[in-house]
Amino acid sequence: MADKIATREAYGNALAEFGSVYRDVVVLDADLAEATKTIIFKKKFPERFFDCGIAENNMFCVAAGLSTAGKIPFASTFAMFAAGRSFDQIRNSIGYPHLNVKICATHAGISVGEDGATHQCNEDIALMRTIPGMVVINPSDAVEAKSAVEAAIKYNGPVYMRFGRLPISIINDNPDYKFEIGKAIKMADGNDVTIVANGMMVEEALIAREMLLAEGITASVINMHTVKPIDKETLIAEAQQTGAIVTSEEHNIIGGLGSAVAEALCEICPVPVVRHGVEDVFGKSGPAKELIEHFALNARGIVEKVKIAINLKNSR
Amino acid sequence: MNNDKILELQRVATDIRLGAVEAVYSAKSGHPGGALSSADIMACLYFSELNVNPQNPQDPKRDRFVLSKGHSCPALYAALALKGYFDRSELKRFRHVGSFAQGHPDMKSMKGVDMSAGSLGQGFSVACGMALAAKMDGKDYRTYAIIGDGESQEGQIWEATMFAAHYNLDNLCLIIDNNGLQIDGKVKDVMNTMPYASKFKAFGWNVISIDGHNIEEILNAFDEAKRAKGKPTVIIAKTIKGKGVSFMENQAGWHGKAPNEEQYNIALSELTEYKNSLGGNK
Repeated sequence: MADKIATREAYGNALAEFGSVYRDVVVLDADLAEATKTIIFKKKFPERFFDCGIAENNMFCVAAGLSTAGKIPFASTFAMFAAGRSFDQIRNSIGYPHLNVKICATHAGISVGEDGATHQCNEDIALMRTIPGMVVINPSDAVEAKSAVEAAIKYNGPVYMRFGRLPISIINDNPDYKFEIGKAIKMADGNDVTIVANGMMVEEALIAREMLLAEGITASVINMHTVKPIDKETLIAEAQQTGAIVTSEEHNIIGGLGSAVAEALCEICPVPVVRHGVEDVFGKSGPAKELIEHFALNARGIVEKVKIAINLKNSR
Repeated sequence: MNNDKILELQRVATDIRLGAVEAVYSAKSGHPGGALSSADIMACLYFSELNVNPQNPQDPKRDRFVLSKGHSCPALYAALALKGYFDRSELKRFRHVGSFAQGHPDMKSMKGVDMSAGSLGQGFSVACGMALAAKMDGKDYRTYAIIGDGESQEGQIWEATMFAAHYNLDNLCLIIDNNGLQIDGKVKDVMNTMPYASKFKAFGWNVISIDGHNIEEILNAFDEAKRAKGKPTVIIAKTIKGKGVSFMENQAGWHGKAPNEEQYNIALSELTEYKNSLGGNK
């Protein structure tokens, strides 16, 4: 495996790279360019970068205005201050008029680390996916983050993208890799259970799969990078094949990927769905790696949920 | 200034008031107070100032207008109908299921609406984005936005005020419909936002204070705004909420209430009488 790289880093690099191809791309930030990595774009295209200061609500509406004039604005801040603080602005001035604004939120989830609960947004996916017409993407590595940025540029409409602070492994560097909004990627096949994950949890799901193999359990692993629109076709096929689903996300188990999967399956093909994620609590301060251990947002935590899911399936 | 033009714009403003009152009456809900206070400004915008063409509502070169105080849309809709964007009969379907005359402006369904608005404080920022795009592309269209004085209690208004000055958006013209009233009473009692002039000056804006019902002053202010280079302009337009309908004037209670049939008929006759007093060919 290649060196680890944070998806926020890949985001900044992708903006700078695609910025020369797509001249309508404009980048806005709210005094966090160093952290969100939009600074990489700023250095290359200063005339297309606008710092809005610590005023996120204004920033998202300025982005809306720019988009009405044909620009493709990428507006960045931490997930907490995008989906959280500016929900009304995103809902009313971007979502309702279905404007071509890309909301790119970094520092999502508890892997933010030391900054603690106020900065660890575990609710952003839930908030964003309730907005009609909003595309919601949570990429699983740097390769996918870059692909998602290009897909978002080509897609005409509002997109919410979530990027992490923590460097993570590259898991998609294979020649067959293809990113398509709303199309899940099957990472590994199995018959006993399906693990549906996104963001940094996809790698953990693959590790969990190895651990389960040692116990004679074969797990299918799905990378559900797009939470909305959710790939129902893949979910139904998996539900029919394995009959048990575990979702895994670095997000509250309420409202995020787990909820989206459960909602989709319970209406079409009900099978046990067990959600793995942040268990409806706030985060806390600490080094990211220790927090991941503390909240069991790792392969170990997934394996525990898999056991529950298989028991549920077998007791039906 | 040409007296005929002033008279004509006064007639248009009265037609806007008639249309707005009719819309609110037909909907049995809506916001007549702020629509009436902004009618003269709206008349000057759509029938003198804005470079817009109802035959080509998406023209990239057109001037932009954002009604940040979206609840005053009965006046906007009446102006757009008079301008020819759609048939005036739609005003009677204001707030009805199936109508494109939504309770607050919807750019997706109504021709001529440059931005959806309703949640206060947002449209002004959107207008900043429109003006910034023009600057980036070297286009010479101008962007106008109307906010309310109650609306200026929203923190985002001051975020946008900073932003427009910081990026020298001299192609942006903000108008404050300074009618002094909001739902809970007088702005100065609810949460005082005044004085505006010194605030905006401190933020680095060009400031013009006018009587928002005086056509000549409104038109002159627009001209002066265009001449101001290097900084955005705010026109602080002193207005009377409910202007033109005697029993609605200066009454906070008419912020968001529809007239009953008797009140509606009084409003129509007052406005019609005023319009007739202006003479002319309409």
